[in-house]
Amino acid sequence: MCSLCGAFGAPDHWSDGLARTVPPEAERRARATAANRVLGLYGLRLAAWGGRYTLSGRTGRSAVIDHLGALWPAAERLSGRSCDPLDPATIAALEAR
Amino acid sequence: MTPVTLLTGFLGAGKTALLSRLLRWPDLRDTAVLINEFGEVGLDHLLVEPLQGEVALLRGGCVCCSIRGDLKAALIDLHDRRRRGLVPDFRRVVIETTGLADPGPAVATLVADPVLRHAFAVGAIVTVVDAVNGARTLDTHEEAVRQAACADRLVLSKTDLATPEAAASLRARLAALNPMAPVTDLALDDAPEAALLTDDPTGAASARRWLCTEIPAPHGTVGAVLIESGPVDWTRFGLWLGMLLNRHGTRILRLKGLVAVEGAETPVVIQGVQHLVHPPRHLPAWPEGEARTRLVLIGHGLDGDVLRRSYGAFTGAPDVPGPSAPPARAAADR
Repeated sequence: MCSLCGAFGAPDHWSDGLARTVPPEAERRARATAANRVLGLYGLRLAAWGGRYTLSGRTGRSAVIDHLGALWPAAERLSGRSCDPLDPATIAALEAR
Repeated sequence: MTPVTLLTGFLGAGKTALLSRLLRWPDLRDTAVLINEFGEVGLDHLLVEPLQGEVALLRGGCVCCSIRGDLKAALIDLHDRRRRGLVPDFRRVVIETTGLADPGPAVATLVADPVLRHAFAVGAIVTVVDAVNGARTLDTHEEAVRQAACADRLVLSKTDLATPEAAASLRARLAALNPMAPVTDLALDDAPEAALLTDDPTGAASARRWLCTEIPAPHGTVGAVLIESGPVDWTRFGLWLGMLLNRHGTRILRLKGLVAVEGAETPVVIQGVQHLVHPPRHLPAWPEGEARTRLVLIGHGLDGDVLRRSYGAFTGAPDVPGPSAPPARAAADR
């Protein structure tokens, strides 16, 4: 159970709650692309995989995650860093892109 | 889906008194009530005993239970008994929490449990604040601050016992702490409005109110931050909010907003309590004016400038047009 994402082993997340306009797998790929814009700052990469996602680091460590609610705790585990959207360096890096 | 209202408030604020008066309304008779006990002596339970007499399925069909196990078990049991016809049908549930309760775990149970979320929906969080002792309680008890910050509706009780100055001061403090929640005064002889239990906290009327609510500067460490933008990419918005709540969810007590989603014609209502975000829902139309995202976060020590900058960097959403840009001719005339 993940108390952060509001899912007790459920395969969805609150951000899945809106009506889909594209097939689920295409949507997962689009989400992974959007997430990679941020995850790259931590040396991580997300890929859609069989109805789920895989999150990988540069050293080969990886994790399977069910939905984006589980993304950030896994990203912090794999990178060993705090993934803080209020960190000035993170904000500046995104603004520079 | 049966809406579940959480009735919170610090010890002695007057939750049970409010509840017993609300349940006198004929329209609210079909309400199931779950009472949360505190400590070994179930004071709340004893106080509410007269309700059970009234509820005794003779005069209106309310159902009173006492939460002796966990909330999930109580709700599932209630749902099951309704299904089997062992209790009268009910249209809403009210949970009276203990005075020391943080509403977060109860919301978590309702939002996240795979069984409950198919039968029950989170309704309003109604928080009772005592006009006589409320200011002192807010000064000294973090639980009371959390309860007020999480509320959809605030009820200022015992206003007949407080001085007008004290009540006005507390009202202003509550407005700064939680500007999105309307404050209703309740003196001893007042009849509380049934809408406290029947209003939809994410409906169009609430959304209209959110759009025109002024967000005052915070008083003290807990306060509200307003983020506004044009239409936003939903995926980027979800990534930003998920990341923010993962790292700062313990100090973000409440979030509420209307989101203008790129490619969607109608607004999306979003709200959450601490780490938890309720399932977002579309409103049928924009309440008024242009489509714009308006998100309010209430929490401890939030820096509005940093939050807004972070939101902009992550989502790339355009700013809303400023209200005071001079007309082109006026600028040329100078």
